[in-house]
Amino acid sequence: MPRLKDEPLSTPVVTPSARPMSENPTGDWRSVAPRIDAEKCTGCLLCWKFCPEACVDVAGEVPRIDLHYCKGCGVCATECPAHCVHMSEEAAS
Amino acid sequence: MKPSISVDELMTSGHQACQGCGATLTMRYALKGLGPETVVVLPACCWTIIAGAAPRCSIGVPLLHAPFAAAAAAASGVKAGLSARGDGRTTVMAWAGDGGTYDIGIQALSGAADRDEDIIYCCYDNEAYMNTGIQRSGGTPSGAWTMTTPGKEGSERPKKDLDAIMEAHRIPYIATATPAYPEDMVRKFAKAKTIKGFRFIHVLSPCPPGWKYDTADTVKLSRLAVQTGMFALYEIAEGRFKLNLNPAKRKPVGEYLKPQGRFRGLKPDAEAAIQAEVDARWALLSQRHARGT
Amino acid sequence: MKKVLMGNHAATLGAALARVQVVAAYPITPATQIVELIAEMSAKGTFPGKFLRVESEHSAMAALLGAATAGARTFTATSSQGLAYMHELLHWVSGARLPVVMVDVNRALAAPWNLWTDQTDSLSQRDTGWLQFYCATNQEVLDTVLMAYKVSENLLLPSMVMLDGFTLSHVYEPVDVPDQKAVDAFLPPFKPAAFLDVKNPGAFGSLETPKPYFRLRRRIAVDMDRAEALVEQVGADFERSFGRGYGAVESYRSQDADVSLVCSGAVGSTAKQAVDELRAEGHAAGLLRFRLFRPFPAAALKRLTRPDMKLAVVDRNYSPGHQGIFCEEIKASLYATERRPEVYGFVAGLGGGDITVELLKEIWHEVKAGTADPVSPLWMEEAR
Repeated sequence: MPRLKDEPLSTPVVTPSARPMSENPTGDWRSVAPRIDAEKCTGCLLCWKFCPEACVDVAGEVPRIDLHYCKGCGVCATECPAHCVHMSEEAAS
Repeated sequence: MKPSISVDELMTSGHQACQGCGATLTMRYALKGLGPETVVVLPACCWTIIAGAAPRCSIGVPLLHAPFAAAAAAASGVKAGLSARGDGRTTVMAWAGDGGTYDIGIQALSGAADRDEDIIYCCYDNEAYMNTGIQRSGGTPSGAWTMTTPGKEGSERPKKDLDAIMEAHRIPYIATATPAYPEDMVRKFAKAKTIKGFRFIHVLSPCPPGWKYDTADTVKLSRLAVQTGMFALYEIAEGRFKLNLNPAKRKPVGEYLKPQGRFRGLKPDAEAAIQAEVDARWALLSQRHARGT
Repeated sequence: MKKVLMGNHAATLGAALARVQVVAAYPITPATQIVELIAEMSAKGTFPGKFLRVESEHSAMAALLGAATAGARTFTATSSQGLAYMHELLHWVSGARLPVVMVDVNRALAAPWNLWTDQTDSLSQRDTGWLQFYCATNQEVLDTVLMAYKVSENLLLPSMVMLDGFTLSHVYEPVDVPDQKAVDAFLPPFKPAAFLDVKNPGAFGSLETPKPYFRLRRRIAVDMDRAEALVEQVGADFERSFGRGYGAVESYRSQDADVSLVCSGAVGSTAKQAVDELRAEGHAAGLLRFRLFRPFPAAALKRLTRPDMKLAVVDRNYSPGHQGIFCEEIKASLYATERRPEVYGFVAGLGGGDITVELLKEIWHEVKAGTADPVSPLWMEEAR
């Protein structure tokens, strides 16, 4: 008798992985978090364009960084020509 | 401000890449250029992990995982299979790292290019086996430290000139790109999509843990690679050569090398040799650009 | 329609009749003509599928991985070193549950170089998750290619169809080539449930953790367990459609035999003559010819043997440090039976040496006389 609890034929032969990785919040990888100074933001969209996580929302006037996913790499802070993205300890975000 | 590249994202957040990964920006831009009617074929590489474990996937197009040496061959088969089933539209793209391209995958790559398979092959080149923890590949530049070139002098061999090898296959389209120039990269993938036959895109893809620099500097280093002339942005379409960015005055290579811990052991004479190589290469590239072939 | 065909061309016609959609293949002696005829038919427009002229066997199977995941019916052919070079992809394709069908022309592995028939190439791939069929005639080669698609597409597991290098691959025999309409009725188009589809995106082959991986492997085990009965059933269906029936193991005059030869491949044909001569000389000789090796046809073996029957297993293959591979598997399969036949192993014809009627009769007499060794195989060489 098989020792596995389920019936063997209940395992599908092939199941393509179709669920999005956005179910996997990566925000807890972060040690520092970005904060956008809305006053200084010029709306150039570079933070959005260069985000390796694709987690910057530019629908509104000022970009919004989704901290559920942001890993805190800091590329947005380096690239912001207006120097309006600041990286700081989590508590400060 | 109006976005200069598509706002449609086919790469999802929540992927498994390291912080500041250049290869994720590359995939993001590539899929913006190609759109949803694309199948990606992935040999063993960093993206095997970045794509995510079952039952999830971090790109919104069909993806086939394949063995390390098999990217170009498996992609050839996907294209043939889709065509045999009446789908001649879908773009098939092999997506491999430098190890899977310069080294173990080069036989299948050469074969597919020689057959002029109707696929795009993108090598996202982070210049070592990064997924296994930084070992030297044929794409590792001279002087770079890796776990298998551990001495102070780093890799004793220069980077293999893969683009020249691909050009020798007389394929319809070759392009280079790097994430600091998203518009250029998106345009090249979009253009490749419209061309029939074997298309090769070589992307220099900075890697913070492998190159040993701050994760915030990925785009900066990508840009410095071009500004110093260490990496040239060009395309060769139907034999027509064109530099896409020809800096009037190139920055010294040291500006690109110094921020990277992998070049820490580089002696001044070795750096001078790299500068001389870059200068000589640019003389040739400029000639080709002027000639247009 | 009756045609006189070499084994290699029988394989190609089988693939063409199966309306294969993608072929990727690389030349190797003695399988080259399978690929050449596909290229020739493709150029004339008489081959139904696309032909990829790949640069290696590794790429041949990798291309079929891609094509089959895109939902196409796929085919390739190889031999010996080429099959060994494919090894990585063989595991991959079965793990991906793709019903690829491949013809392997059995040939010895180097070193030293040798071009002639030997089953060690395919038998050393026994753990790759492919079904394995061994053919005795060119007719059986063509028919088995058709049956293999039916079995594989039902199980979603790949099949390897073997024929002997030169002995069958290059020898012309009359072959009844079935009518396309009859084949279409027997073998409907391949319709996979999951395939690479831009309207329904998903990733194939993503990393699995130990528990789901274990269950996927057990699912393969369960499907392999039902494969022997399916092979028998498809063989019976084939007989209803085409008048030629095939089982997992062919039994020839063995019902009342006291010693049965056990063979596979073209030796199975020679062995029938040996059995006929032994019978004419007054001996109770029989033959069991294994057509199926993976899954191992344990049910057929049990059904076709008796405890008072001795088996003389002739292996044109060898697992160094152990025994002939059919022999060891037959012994292992019978172990659980309380009263079981005695099994004696013989290694013969490695690297293409002749296994003649005389040699087979000598083997039969070794067992009958009680001079064979039940533990170690006897290495038998043809006297000439």
